[in-house]
Amino acid sequence: MTTLLWLTLPYVAFTSFVVGHIWRYRHDQFGWTTRSSQSHEGRLLRLGSPLFHFGLLAVLGGHVLGIGVPASWTAAVGVSGEAYHLMSVSFGTLSGLATVAGLAILLYRRFTVTAVRKATTTTDKIMYLLLSTAILTGMLNTLGSNLIGGGYDYRATVSPWFRSLFTLSPQPELMVGIPLSFQIHALVVLVLLAGWPYTRLVHVFSAPVGYLVRPYVVYRTRDVAHPGSRRYARAWETAPPRR
Amino acid sequence: MKLMAQLAMVMNLDKCIGCHTCSVTCKQAWTNRSGVEYAWFNNVETRPGQGYPRQYQDQQRWKGGWTLTKRGRLTLRSGSRFKRLLNIFANPDLPEVADYYEPWTYDYDNLLSAPQMDTTPVARPISLITGEDTKITWGANWDDDLGGGPEQIGRDPVLAKVSDKVKLEFQQTFMFYLPRICEHCLNPSCAASCPSGAIYKRSEDGIVLVDQDKCRGWRQCVTGCPYKKIYFNHKTGKAEKCTFCYPRVEVGIPTVCAETCVGRLRYIGVVFYDADAVLAAASVRDDKDLYPSQLGVFLNPHDPRVVAEAERAGISQEWIDAAQASPIYKLIVDYQVALPLHPEYRTMPMVWYIPPLSPMVDALSSTGHDGEDPGNLFGAIDALRIPVEYLAELFTAGDVGPVRASLQRLAAMRAHMRQVNLGEPVDPEIAESVRLTTDEIEAMYRLLAIAKYEHRYVIPSAAGSDAHRLDALATGCSLDSDGGPGMTAFDVMDDKFHLTQQPADGNGVAAPADKERRINLLNWDGKSTNGLFAATPAHRPHTNGAGNGAANEAATEPESAAEPIR
Ligand code: HEM
Ligand code: SF4
Ligand code: SF4
Repeated sequence: MTTLLWLTLPYVAFTSFVVGHIWRYRHDQFGWTTRSSQSHEGRLLRLGSPLFHFGLLAVLGGHVLGIGVPASWTAAVGVSGEAYHLMSVSFGTLSGLATVAGLAILLYRRFTVTAVRKATTTTDKIMYLLLSTAILTGMLNTLGSNLIGGGYDYRATVSPWFRSLFTLSPQPELMVGIPLSFQIHALVVLVLLAGWPYTRLVHVFSAPVGYLVRPYVVYRTRDVAHPGSRRYARAWETAPPRR
Repeated sequence: MKLMAQLAMVMNLDKCIGCHTCSVTCKQAWTNRSGVEYAWFNNVETRPGQGYPRQYQDQQRWKGGWTLTKRGRLTLRSGSRFKRLLNIFANPDLPEVADYYEPWTYDYDNLLSAPQMDTTPVARPISLITGEDTKITWGANWDDDLGGGPEQIGRDPVLAKVSDKVKLEFQQTFMFYLPRICEHCLNPSCAASCPSGAIYKRSEDGIVLVDQDKCRGWRQCVTGCPYKKIYFNHKTGKAEKCTFCYPRVEVGIPTVCAETCVGRLRYIGVVFYDADAVLAAASVRDDKDLYPSQLGVFLNPHDPRVVAEAERAGISQEWIDAAQASPIYKLIVDYQVALPLHPEYRTMPMVWYIPPLSPMVDALSSTGHDGEDPGNLFGAIDALRIPVEYLAELFTAGDVGPVRASLQRLAAMRAHMRQVNLGEPVDPEIAESVRLTTDEIEAMYRLLAIAKYEHRYVIPSAAGSDAHRLDALATGCSLDSDGGPGMTAFDVMDDKFHLTQQPADGNGVAAPADKERRINLLNWDGKSTNGLFAATPAHRPHTNGAGNGAANEAATEPESAAEPIR
């Protein structure tokens, strides 16, 4: 069981994440989009989306620091354990709260605004379920264990386990016996990662930073069409007969 | 200098009857799909009116197009690149579907399947967005023909720029139709605002397209376009826009909207321009200078140096020929009757308009005056100040000069042609008063009024062949030009119309030796057009360097009745 959950699953998830993205990038350029719903509703989105995204980007940055960087490294540059903990809790809580608030607004909007609800696919719903659980359990960990429950040093268990996967000397046993909420968070995130390339979340990997440096107007020479060379199946429908 | 070719369009607003045929055929061809139900790549709006989407011209609100920074640099009105990336998670200036209108259908099935009852069953409207019952409160042309009255029409953002007194008078004066497609701008702000670089301008023909594979749905372009001619497909999550029917024009046939236009008022042709000059031209300080500065980037295709440059740029002879015969160049430069739509957006639009004179004629006629008498008409253009001011807000950033000049030229053409048609002695001063020769004014008349298919549309095919290059070497007559080497379109016009104050020389046109060219509608027996049009003199020397009229002369040749009317 331990091996399955903390060794097999992570590798399956990572493989799916990487291979899935490559596959989709090569075969579904047309489907690679944010599928923005702002043309249906803007007021709530203008509130929720920036809160959610800025919060989440901060949270992700925190994760890189927290799990990617060993405690010994931060100590080496003169950040003490307590200082780190304080930072992690304060910044983590702040960005976590923003994320959760933003997510709440987005979800409320998704399910109450008719036009947005009708534009929600099944994949979207599964994605929202996983994403919300991941964010909520993560928030619980930060708030619950750290603030209320005296603190849990995930940098001694979760982080080394995660890094061990990448050094190809996996130590699944590290995850045994850690608080349940941490286990659930990690598991849900793994499933989310596995499913990521098949959802609208692919938009994260096309974040348009190149825009800052490219010339304003793009010129391109005419594509010479090769009949029958369509790379994808036709991705739009002609208008269906109305009732 | 970087010479590029641009396919452009001119629409003669005098002839638009507001039938929406263009919109419907365009929709049937391109946007009869779910996701773009609300999108009309071609729409026809009544002016004054709010337009589509509602009040799109209010750039304080929608932040479309370019503006100048304090230091005079061109920047997108919606903000710097950095600012706009920060706003990417929710675009603060994005129109929603409701700003266009909520598309709907009717529950037609109810008409057939309703059980027997006392009242006639009705087909209730159903939203195409939610699939639920809806109430229709707005449409793509809700205020068509001034529908909705002053309450709706009063919200026209262009009207707001014209003074109060003007407004009231104006509503009693006239209305006209404004068909709109994407402008395929020389300086497209849609492309400039696309974070993914998915929107591009084709270097061969200047058509602006959205790469559907590269678009990532950041929906910044919708804000970026001041004409609101980019639409977000809410099903696919990608931006879509007018394609200038590129699959058609690539094989030399006109766009669907032009092909099907009932009024035959659309012209399509090639214009050469200097791409290196565009940025500077779009950055001039005063909005009112944008129209002349855009003229300054067009190149005179009859100038041998321009032709040489085009050849160096790898442009085929077929395209060079097309540029020289271009109806667009004639209307914009030779006759100076076409004007750009909202040059103050600084995108350098390439669909231009001939302002409507008919409303003035109507206003005159309805007050019992002779609407085609040159004196009356010239007077009216000045007296009916309001329409001219309104038109100036549309076409020249508020500068009434070019609008008045264009209308006067059209008025002179009417007056001149009436004399010709009625067999009255032709008064050459009419043409002179608008700085055209009688030949020019008649060539302009043929282009505007007779407008045969092959003169309205001079579209070279995409795969221009080199074979044409050879035969053109023998016939090319660009040296006939008095435009002189290196002249831009602006110089040519400056010369001809004395844009930069020069004393009028007042001489020039010889007495009209054109008795044989007069035509008489009474000759028409309904079967043949023989005798209806004057015979063409064997050779008429070019009266100006732009070579205008050359392509139109064919139109004056007697035609056999068997020729299909196109
Ligand atoms: C890094 C750069 C990112 C950019 C530029 C970005 C941009 C966007 C944009 C433009 C939308 C469309 C909003 C709309 O108009 O409806 C969107 C939606 C969304 N994004 Fe992102 N995003 C980023 C990262 C992320 C990340 C890391 C996540 C989560 C893991 C995420 C999750 C979502 C979700 C769930 C939605 C749908 C919101 C809704 O409409 O309910 N995004 N994003
Ligand atoms: S009019 Fe067309 S080319 Fe110009 S900015 Fe708008 S969409 Fe782009
Ligand atoms: S088809 Fe021609 S006449 Fe009819 S609305 Fe369109 S532009 Fe005007």
